[in-house]
Amino acid sequence: MIAFDNVAYSYGGGELFSAINLSLQPGSFHFLTGPSGAGKSTFLKLCHGELFATEGTVTLFDRDIRSVNRDGLARMRRRVGVVQQDCQFLDHLPVATNVTLPLSVTGREADPQDLADLLHWVGLTRHASAFPPELSGGERQRAAVARAVIMSPDLMLADEPTGNLDWEMSLRLLTLLVELNRMGKTILIATHDLNLIRAAKTQVPARVLRIKGGRVELAGAEL
Amino acid sequence: MDIRGILRDLTRPDPGAERLVPPTGTGAWLAIFTSAVMAFLAVFALSLSLAAGRLADRWSDALARTSTIRISAPAEQAQGQLDTVMAILNATPGIASARALSEEEERALLTPWFGADLPLGSLPIPQLVEIAEEGAGFDAEGLRQRLEAEAPGAVLDDHARWRQPLAVAASRLRLLGWGSLLLILGTTGAVITLAANASLAANAQVLRVLRQIGAQDGYIARAFVRRFTLRTMSGSAAGVLAAILAIWIMPSAQAAGGFLTGLGFSGASWLLPWLLPPLCAAVAFAATRAAAFRKLAEMT
Repeated sequence: MIAFDNVAYSYGGGELFSAINLSLQPGSFHFLTGPSGAGKSTFLKLCHGELFATEGTVTLFDRDIRSVNRDGLARMRRRVGVVQQDCQFLDHLPVATNVTLPLSVTGREADPQDLADLLHWVGLTRHASAFPPELSGGERQRAAVARAVIMSPDLMLADEPTGNLDWEMSLRLLTLLVELNRMGKTILIATHDLNLIRAAKTQVPARVLRIKGGRVELAGAEL
Repeated sequence: MDIRGILRDLTRPDPGAERLVPPTGTGAWLAIFTSAVMAFLAVFALSLSLAAGRLADRWSDALARTSTIRISAPAEQAQGQLDTVMAILNATPGIASARALSEEEERALLTPWFGADLPLGSLPIPQLVEIAEEGAGFDAEGLRQRLEAEAPGAVLDDHARWRQPLAVAASRLRLLGWGSLLLILGTTGAVITLAANASLAANAQVLRVLRQIGAQDGYIARAFVRRFTLRTMSGSAAGVLAAILAIWIMPSAQAAGGFLTGLGFSGASWLLPWLLPPLCAAVAFAATRAAAFRKLAEMT
C-alpha cells in the first residue's frame, strides 16, 4: 500500500527524517506516535504526496509518487482519505456539500440516504446546512472525517483525528475506522492519545510506529 | 484542450465546478468594468482606423483619377503645343476629359502664394491641362513619350509623387489602428490576469482543499476560467454597445467634410465591433487559464 525506501526529508537546512524503510501492507492498521514536533504530520504528508521526500522513494499504490504527474497524483488521492489536524473546508459551502466534495470532483453525486447516515454517524445531522466557520473544533474534525470516508478510500490517513473530540466521540470515530479496516482499508493514524491506541488494540491487531531521532520504528509491545 | 471542449465548458454550466469558488469579490467587478472600458476604447480605435483608411483611400483615389499636363513653351508656340496636346489627349484611350485651365483659374491657383494683383500676363506661367481618367485609366508612360515627341514643352504629372505618401500614411494609420487594438486586447489580458491572480490568491484555501481531495487541475481551473471568461464577455459586450451608441449619435459632418465625416461604421462594418466580445473572451480565457495553472503548479 505504502512503502518508504530509504526516505529522507529535510527542510530549511535541517533533516527531519533519514533512512526510513518501512512498508504498510493493505488492510493493516497502524498508529504513528512521537513527541510534538517529531514530524508526525510531515510523515503523513509524505504518504500522500503533499510533500515529497528529499531522498529515497515513497511508493503509494505500487507507484513512485514522484514519477506520477499532477493528474495522476490527483487520481491517487481519491483513494486516500485524509483528516488533517487543521481541517480546511470551502467556507462558503454548507457542511453537507463540503462532505460530498470528493464525490463532486469526480463527477459523482452522493446518495442522499448515505449522506444522511454518514452525517448522523458523525453527529452532524443538525449541522448539515451550517457553514464550516459556524462549527466548533470538534465538529470540524468530525466533518473532516466524514469527508475523508465518503469515497470509501483504500487508505485512511488521520492526523490527530480525536484531538478535539470527547472520549465518547473518539470511540465512535475509532469504531468507524475499525469498521473501515475490517472492510480491507488501510489505516494510519497519527496520535499521542495512548488510550485511543489501547482501545483500538482491543478491536484490531493495530501496530504502533514511533518517530524517534529522525527514524520511524515499530514500537514494542508495551503499548 | 480542443476548441469543442472549450466551447462546451463555456456554454454548458457546471454547477458542481462553479460553486467551488465564492460567488462575489472585487475581482468580478474589476473584470467586468475593465473589459467594458477596453471594449469601448477598442471600438473607437477600430472606428478611427477604418475612418482614417477610408479618408486616405478617398484622397488617394481622387488624385489617382486625375492628372495634369504642364506646357512650358515660348509664347508664340504655346497655343500650337496646347492644340497638339489636346489632340493627343482626345485620341488617348482611358481619358474621359481634358480641359485647359483658363487664365482666371490659374490666377486663382497662384493667388494664395503671390497675392491677388498678380500680373499673370507678364509672367511665363505654364499652361495647365486637367485630365480626368475613365475606366482603367490611361498608359501614363506611353502618353509621356508621345508628348515628348510631339509637344516637347508638355510635361505629364500623374500625381504619383502625391499619391505615394498618402498611401504610406494610410497604411501607417491602419497599422496604428490595429496596433492600438492589439494593445487594448493585451491590456485586457493583463488586467484579467491580475484580477484572476487576486481571485486565486484569495481562494488559496479552496485550491488546497480541492487538491487534497483529488480534484485535477483542469477541474479546478475550469471554475475560475469560465467565470472570468463570461464576465469579460458580458463586460465587453456592454462596452461595445455603449461605444456603438456613442458613435451612432455623433452629429454628422457631411457638409463640413474632413476627418469627422468618415468617423463611424457603414453597412456591414457595423458588425465588426461585435467581434470584440468573443475576442476579449478568448483573451480572458487564455489569461485566466494560464494564471490558474501557474498558481496550481505552486501546490503539490
